[in-house]
Amino acid sequence: MRKITLFLAFVGLVIVVAIGFLSEKNIELTTLMKLQEKYPIKEVKSADHSKFPILQKKFNSPNDITKACLSCHNNSGLEILHTSHWNWSRDEYIEGKGIVSFGKKNGMNSFCIGVQGSEKSCAKCHIGNGMHLKEFSYDKEEFIDCLICHDQTETYAKASNQGGLPISTLDFNKIAQSVGKPKRTNCGVCHFYGGGGNNVKHGDLEKSMFYPTRKTDIHMGTDGADMQCVDCHVTEHHNIKGKMFSLSSMNQNRVYCEDCHTNSPHEKKILNEHTYKVACQTCHIPVYAKVNSTKTWWDWSTAGKLKDGKPYFEEDSLGNHNYLSIKGSFKWERNLTPEYAWFNGTASHYLEGDIIEDTTKPYMLNPLSGEYRDAGSKIIPLKVMRTNQPFDPVNKILIQPFLYSDKKGEGAYWKDFDWQSSSREGMKKAGLPYSGKYTFIKTEMNWPLNHMVSDKESSLKCNDCHTRNNGRLASLTDFYMPGRDRSEYVDLMATIVLLLSLLGVLGHGAIRVFFALSRKERG
Amino acid sequence: MKMKKVYVYRSFERFWHWLQAVLIIFLAFTGFEIHGSYSFLGFEDAVYYHSLSSYLLGILIVFAVFWHFSTGEWKQYVPSSKNMRAQLNYYLLGIFKNAPHPTKKTVLSKLNPLQKFTYFNLKVVLIPLAVISGLLYMFYRYPQGNQIDALNIDSLEIIAVIHTIAAYSLVAFLIVHVYLITTGETITSNLRAMMTGYEELEDEDAEENYEEDKEEK
Repeated sequence: MRKITLFLAFVGLVIVVAIGFLSEKNIELTTLMKLQEKYPIKEVKSADHSKFPILQKKFNSPNDITKACLSCHNNSGLEILHTSHWNWSRDEYIEGKGIVSFGKKNGMNSFCIGVQGSEKSCAKCHIGNGMHLKEFSYDKEEFIDCLICHDQTETYAKASNQGGLPISTLDFNKIAQSVGKPKRTNCGVCHFYGGGGNNVKHGDLEKSMFYPTRKTDIHMGTDGADMQCVDCHVTEHHNIKGKMFSLSSMNQNRVYCEDCHTNSPHEKKILNEHTYKVACQTCHIPVYAKVNSTKTWWDWSTAGKLKDGKPYFEEDSLGNHNYLSIKGSFKWERNLTPEYAWFNGTASHYLEGDIIEDTTKPYMLNPLSGEYRDAGSKIIPLKVMRTNQPFDPVNKILIQPFLYSDKKGEGAYWKDFDWQSSSREGMKKAGLPYSGKYTFIKTEMNWPLNHMVSDKESSLKCNDCHTRNNGRLASLTDFYMPGRDRSEYVDLMATIVLLLSLLGVLGHGAIRVFFALSRKERG
Repeated sequence: MKMKKVYVYRSFERFWHWLQAVLIIFLAFTGFEIHGSYSFLGFEDAVYYHSLSSYLLGILIVFAVFWHFSTGEWKQYVPSSKNMRAQLNYYLLGIFKNAPHPTKKTVLSKLNPLQKFTYFNLKVVLIPLAVISGLLYMFYRYPQGNQIDALNIDSLEIIAVIHTIAAYSLVAFLIVHVYLITTGETITSNLRAMMTGYEELEDEDAEENYEEDKEEK
């Protein structure tokens, strides 16, 4: 009896220990597992806007819709009035230039150069209704276009060259009743087409990202987590987290991969140590413009050729425009390898009127700060845009040409094809001096890559950088990287020493053999 | 002169010697791949195995240091200039004429003055240089904020270059060392001694008797 009790007690103990031991392994979830559980759960709207009477009435103008929205969301208008999406400008501190109001409103880039004078066309991507209208003002809430971000029918669209006004024939009631949290389609209609066409600017943001595959983007893939832009660009009170340093300058309000993944997401310690100096994007975005090509070279100087007095276009083998009379010649590329730079989260910018002294080498419009020795700097991947754009050689400043107008004869380049009048009118509109002489200079722009994150199998391997020649980081020479760098002097001296050692012992051995043999002969 | 089989190298000494040899050769093989001299295992695996074998070498060194002091063997390596010139002359001239070794090898004095000098430097300078630079290489922290500035090493370069110099020096040592193995009583006697522990040495007792015999006559 006692034996049986003892036996049962032992077996019971073994079972308890076994259950405890085996079940313990399932408790600890990795960060990635937790994220994978969290993101596929889709939110349910807290209000059904189709039930609200105010959205069932007929709207007489786009501003009426906004007023209807603001009648309930009575603080949202004020929130928007403080955003850069609305102001196309924000106050930022730039090292060496002080605090400046800078943004699309007055910035100059290496694509369509700038919006000044051409608002009627460019404001198609402004979150307002009619930037060109006389009544428009940056402090009038009723001009906010709520629907471009919040429409969920995917039918809302702005008209071309109407300063941001919507196409007038849309079913505004249906659209207004559908509103919800912005989706990729809301953000994408502007951010995928910046620069006047699909994927002109970013390279990693383009129309394939409306409904991408996991292969294109591991986060947003519709066959995967199907994440939306705002899942990472977390927004509170219309302040959207995230920065693009083509226009931003300060290290604030940024989105980091680490926000979700932590700074030690790898199993291997040596990879986690890399996160001190290497941004996640560097290894995990090994290639960009994976689906459609992006513009990498723009030469404004060849613009203006006409056929039978009319502007025309030419296409490359993939159907991309490689010549447009209104814009010049382009180069498009896809499946591109990024360029790399140190970046500490602050960038400078060419401000209108800044003098360019050295025109012998390409002028960087938005230099990124950072270096190896700076504790806050990491290596990031970039698309670098290269352009040949109009320049006033006497005043030594970039020219803001007047590009779009409805009518011929006003000096707009896209109608009149005359650099002289376009430069004169454009500089006048921008309030800048123009000497009457124009030429073209080469400029560059840094576009940090943050999207089109690849699956881990496709991320960079050690050898991609730790290799002696033509590694990914060959251009970053301000630090010692094992596998790439060495002291050539030490290697040379060591080779000589090793060869002398080898020759020494071989020579010594040979002499020994020789003497031994001659001793043998002599007996 | 009478010869006698003597137990020169005890089992730990032989184990230590051969494991150290294997580890250093393997470390050199993986290390020069990390250096970028060639590509064989791939950078990732080369780093992994280099680190792994460096830990093994570290453990071995701890045991070896303990052995040197607990057995008193460290005294064998204290450099001495006595007979240095004679030993040098032997390697440069005498060896070709089959002259006798100028330094007598005994269990209590296994090393000739040149060996003492070389091994002393190997143990006190070269291996510590490789180990310390290697540890700094492994535990090098990139320049970081919120740390004591004085302890920051701004660049891996100086560490890596010193480690490389140590590695090249060890290879040079290895080349000469392997050759000098053949300069014992016979070509293979040194090698055999390090493998079995036994070596034919001059019989000290016999020699003493021989001297005594002479005197008597």
